[in-house]
Amino acid sequence: MVEFGATVDPVTHDHVIGLAEALRALDIPGVLETVPTFRSLMIHYDPLVLDRRTLVAKIGSVQPRLQSRAKPRNLWTIPCCYERPFGEDLSEVAGIMNLSAEQVVGLHSGATFRAYMYGFAPGFCYLGGLPEKLAISRRPMPRAPHPQNAVLIAGGLSLIGTFSMPTGWWVIGRTPVRLFSPSRSPNFLIEVGDSVRFAPIDKNEFQFLEEKAVAGHSVAGCEKLR
Amino acid sequence: MSATRLRILSAGPGVTIQDGGRRGFLRFGVTESGPMDRLAHRTANRAAGVPWDSAAIEVSLGGIELAVEGAPLAVALAGGSFNVSLDGRRLPSAVVIRLSADHTLSVRAGDSGAWCYLAVAGRFDRAAELGSVSMHTRTSIGGRPLEAGSVLPVVELKTPDLDAAEIVAPWLERSGENVRVILGPQDDYFNTEQIAAFFEATWVVSHQSDRMGYVLEGPKLSPAKGFNIVSDGTAFGSIQIPGAGRPIVLMADRPPTGGYPKIATVISADIGRLAQLRPGHELRFAASSVEEAVSALRHEMRMLAQPVTLRPLGGSLSAGSLLRQNLVDGVTDGEC
Repeated sequence: MVEFGATVDPVTHDHVIGLAEALRALDIPGVLETVPTFRSLMIHYDPLVLDRRTLVAKIGSVQPRLQSRAKPRNLWTIPCCYERPFGEDLSEVAGIMNLSAEQVVGLHSGATFRAYMYGFAPGFCYLGGLPEKLAISRRPMPRAPHPQNAVLIAGGLSLIGTFSMPTGWWVIGRTPVRLFSPSRSPNFLIEVGDSVRFAPIDKNEFQFLEEKAVAGHSVAGCEKLR
Repeated sequence: MSATRLRILSAGPGVTIQDGGRRGFLRFGVTESGPMDRLAHRTANRAAGVPWDSAAIEVSLGGIELAVEGAPLAVALAGGSFNVSLDGRRLPSAVVIRLSADHTLSVRAGDSGAWCYLAVAGRFDRAAELGSVSMHTRTSIGGRPLEAGSVLPVVELKTPDLDAAEIVAPWLERSGENVRVILGPQDDYFNTEQIAAFFEATWVVSHQSDRMGYVLEGPKLSPAKGFNIVSDGTAFGSIQIPGAGRPIVLMADRPPTGGYPKIATVISADIGRLAQLRPGHELRFAASSVEEAVSALRHEMRMLAQPVTLRPLGGSLSAGSLLRQNLVDGVTDGEC
């Protein structure tokens, strides 16, 4: 485990991504896989192939070069329907945060998010960059399971819930995009470090895109940044 | 030739198929899965004459009963001390046996051990999901747990000409009482008294334990720096201390990241012996070092690299001559 800090911030995360990419480029025999998080990089390695000291030394040798990080690889545009029945907690969120529902949608779809890490379940990608005005706390008690592909917010983050799960987060919309598919290559669309934006769509457009997605077509926009 | 299938007649909760595990997707939130007791899983596969990370049935304390349909099939069982019987006749708990269509094999919880592996001399014909056929119960990646009526086709059969034999695997007779750990990565969240209490305590495996994690009952540990860290990665064997103060040893179906401080990590070579403890069993933790952990793992690999020794059962179970023992591909009598 290489720890770069104890907070959720872009500078710390740049170091995490930088080290993950540097290790991938080095392709060190014995490094099995890495897990980037908000503030650390977990390196799973086979100690029978790779000595711990050697690994630590290699990390030390690439560290000084991690000062600045290249641009995100991709900018994803994720269509999101905030209307009912999809944005089931939207009015409650607006009430708690003293905003109108339209303002909540405007703030969420106006932000550019950073994919910080995956966790909890396959495809659950934690997105940082939620505007301060939407920094609602988690619910004191979990709500009923959110539907698949719900768009959620809580604790200063946004999230797309690829599996239906009980949650302490707030459901503000739903996307037709399948961030995870076991039968598609790549299985996961978003790489940690990518930029993500949400584009509001109405119910008719959701229905149209949902059918396309069910048929196996891509319905997310992707701009290559490097 | 007719296809061979294993038909599950009954299965308790938590009986799954596990191969070596799902690699390369932890960064996307996908659990590794794989066997709870890797040493027993690999031993069963070796005895069945297949690569050691092949898919095998992981039998839980709930037990399993199954029958073969079609051509005869050789299977190998290894793991905890389970009660294994063929048509009601008791067999050793680590055993290779040839199953014909008229046989019913029953594997039930025995004196000790929590997991037992049933490997086949062939290959389960299942489509891999994300590079593995391991079943992850919570997401159904790899499929749902086995239940009565499940039918498992087996292809690429080997060794139809096999006599029943006990697997001689003394390395599976492990005590789970002393489990070695390396402190960290968040041991700095705990003061000296808390660390001392962690090592001095006798811990009891709770009934809430499953493939995701083993919850331990004992003294309440309170991290001096609080119960929340900004999430980071977890390992098989990470010991988390959540808000309730009861340690959770993260096991094969753990989430790849977590937000509780981790006081220590169980060394790889001791995870299997911990996994074989049942709810109500006691254990203690002992401090170890990276060097000791690597050397213990190396020792485990050396044992597995040896040929698996088989002791013929003889009697009515032995239909053919003892000379046929060594026809088992990749498996020899230790004397040869």
